[in-house]
Amino acid sequence: MNGARLKFRDPELAKSLAATLAKLVDDIGRPVAVMHVCGSHEQAIAKFGLRSMFPKNLNVIMGPGCPVCVTDVPEVDEGVVLAGNGVRIATYGDMLRVPGTVRSLSDAQALGAKIDVVYSPAQAVDIARKTDEDIVFFATGFETTAVATAAVIVSDPPKNFSVLSAHKYIPPAMEIVAEMPESRVEGFLAAGHAATITGTAIFEPFVERHKLPVVVAGFEPLDILAGLVELVTLIRNGTPRVVNAFPRCVSREGNLNAQELLWRVFRPIGGRWRGIAHVPNGNLRLRDEYAHVDARRKYEINVTALWDFSPPQLANQCICGDIMAGIRNPIDCRLFNKECVPETPVGACMVSNEGTCKIWHLYGGVPDLSALEVAS
Amino acid sequence: MCLGVPGRVIEINGSMATVDFWGVRRQVNLDIVDEPVKPGDYILNHVGFAIRRIPEESIAETLSLYETLMKEAEDDAMAADVRAEIAGAGRVS
Repeated sequence: MNGARLKFRDPELAKSLAATLAKLVDDIGRPVAVMHVCGSHEQAIAKFGLRSMFPKNLNVIMGPGCPVCVTDVPEVDEGVVLAGNGVRIATYGDMLRVPGTVRSLSDAQALGAKIDVVYSPAQAVDIARKTDEDIVFFATGFETTAVATAAVIVSDPPKNFSVLSAHKYIPPAMEIVAEMPESRVEGFLAAGHAATITGTAIFEPFVERHKLPVVVAGFEPLDILAGLVELVTLIRNGTPRVVNAFPRCVSREGNLNAQELLWRVFRPIGGRWRGIAHVPNGNLRLRDEYAHVDARRKYEINVTALWDFSPPQLANQCICGDIMAGIRNPIDCRLFNKECVPETPVGACMVSNEGTCKIWHLYGGVPDLSALEVAS
Repeated sequence: MCLGVPGRVIEINGSMATVDFWGVRRQVNLDIVDEPVKPGDYILNHVGFAIRRIPEESIAETLSLYETLMKEAEDDAMAADVRAEIAGAGRVS
């Protein structure tokens, strides 16, 4: 770890929060595991070396918080098939290297497919307006990002524009993790900006059902420490409820305008999340009213034509699924930082900047304690 | 990808706002934000859309993380996400 990177806006407060956290975990008197579901949380935890400040008995696990990583293999195949059929694909850069059954979008590009990297659905629409070619926006992301896709869909995009939705909805995935028999997760740290859209109320039925606390936290190192203090307090006191530890960005009801837009355009359906499980209501698909913008209805997409039925090589050793379920860590994978590196990823977790393996590769997941310097 | 990036609204033209992100001016769509936005306000931009107007008392606190990140090298994952969020807003023509 690079000590110079460990900066805190208020190092005294950070130390005091870490001490409180240690005391709380001591009170509980046994190992405690909590899960966050956000790539940006993991980035901040790894980047600022927060794990070295956590008490030894507190295990903070990254769950399925990387939308690109949970994009399932057949979904990638759909994009690859369309690209191979001469449709121009616009998508977020992280999607290019996500492995499909036989090839990734990046491989398809090397074979001549036209793929544009965009940073916004609006940029995909702009491309469509300037060409006669068919443009498919291969859309990925959780509800925060899906709202933006919904906004361009309702804004009368040109006829040569359609959307291949791989959007995912995070609350049902939390249910899956909570119900996994091997899961020891006792509470969730929910992502601040997703909750900006959904509000904290969305987690109330979850808490009621599973008796597990949920704390919404921001992305500053201090936000995360403060969020964990709230969460572990609820665990210690045996009082599961929803706490908003990020009120400067999040309210109980959320952004109602955005929610209306999201559900006007999308409907939740069940589907597989790569490496995790079938997640009921976890995938967002376009409603019938927007069939004319739905690439799945506009084109016949035969993914089986792509499959060569050869046995997977390295991919069957990948433990991405267990990592995203919080059961194992990247360092438990025999491919991690060996055959599997960001330049040649085997699993999706090594592809995205929000994937656990990529983050641990970049920052080191469990930093050396001796390297910790709380800089001012 | 869900990080978003705050910026200061310079001017508003219909549903689009010109927003300043550390000296870079881009166009941000206002269709999603649920409060009226006026010049001088800070918004949180995600993939080219304002998803929230940042309350005035929270601006300094919100900006501080990004101030740190903007100084980071190109290959830093968090900094790269922030730059991608700025790139997600439209170019000012």
